[in-house]
Amino acid sequence: MTPTSAAENALITEIIFWIIALSTVVSAIAVVQIRDLFRAALFLIVTLLGVAGMFILLRAEFLAGVQLMIYVGAISVLIIFAILMTRDIDEGSPSHSFRIPVALISVIFMGLAIYVVSNTDWNLLSSQALTEDQMGDVQAILSNGIPNLASMLLRDFVLAFEAVSLLLLAAVLGALALVRGR
Amino acid sequence: MTLERFLIIGAILFAIGLYGALSKRHAIAVLMSLELMFNGVNLTAVALSRYTIPAALSQSQYAIDNAARFILTGQIFTIFIITVAAAEIALGLAIIIAIYRSRQTVLVTEASDLRK
Repeated sequence: MTPTSAAENALITEIIFWIIALSTVVSAIAVVQIRDLFRAALFLIVTLLGVAGMFILLRAEFLAGVQLMIYVGAISVLIIFAILMTRDIDEGSPSHSFRIPVALISVIFMGLAIYVVSNTDWNLLSSQALTEDQMGDVQAILSNGIPNLASMLLRDFVLAFEAVSLLLLAAVLGALALVRGR
Repeated sequence: MTLERFLIIGAILFAIGLYGALSKRHAIAVLMSLELMFNGVNLTAVALSRYTIPAALSQSQYAIDNAARFILTGQIFTIFIITVAAAEIALGLAIIIAIYRSRQTVLVTEASDLRK
């Protein structure tokens, strides 16, 4: 690859990142600001899609697929169904009387988090910290993520894996029991 | 800057979700804001596992031999968070529908019997 095309690729990645970031943040704000709940749910889908795009930029392609299937495919459909089932009394999504202090707290939290993030000396994954061989290993793991992920999930984290499957079973049974007519 | 901008987007998503979860009265809007917070946390975990190295990795031989389980741990955590979030949203919506059936409301301020 010639240097100019590498620079072009970096520029394209940069532009794609900013497009995704902007649409994610704007639609997240729309989720909490729009009064019509159905439209808010549609904007939530845009936000979830944006996060899936960021997962791809972070080379977590499996997670992007999981995000698309579970969040965009299943959870948002559930939310829209619930909105439609409870809609006849719905007059938008009103706020509490204390929304101003809550907004203040959120902005303070955000400012604090951004300050901390930009002032921390991160132990970055760069060629200074690792030797040539270790860098090669890391790149191999990142580009071959799914098999490594699978072996970790079923070896190192197998106990949590089983616990989560039990939790899912319990949640499904509980949801069925709750919505069953009597 | 590459790491920090992902972390900042994650923090912004989390703060927006926090505002929505605390200020909304509609229960489904609260659940949607919770989803925003989950997504901010997921983005942070994946970005950290992609761009930073654990200090152990550059020191011990064991860590170098098993580098995958040090680098991909953030993604494993995200898988678990997504699973738990799916269970939580299914149960939450079931509870909201049950409340709506029994008292014809979905506002969280109306379902405060335990306070009395």
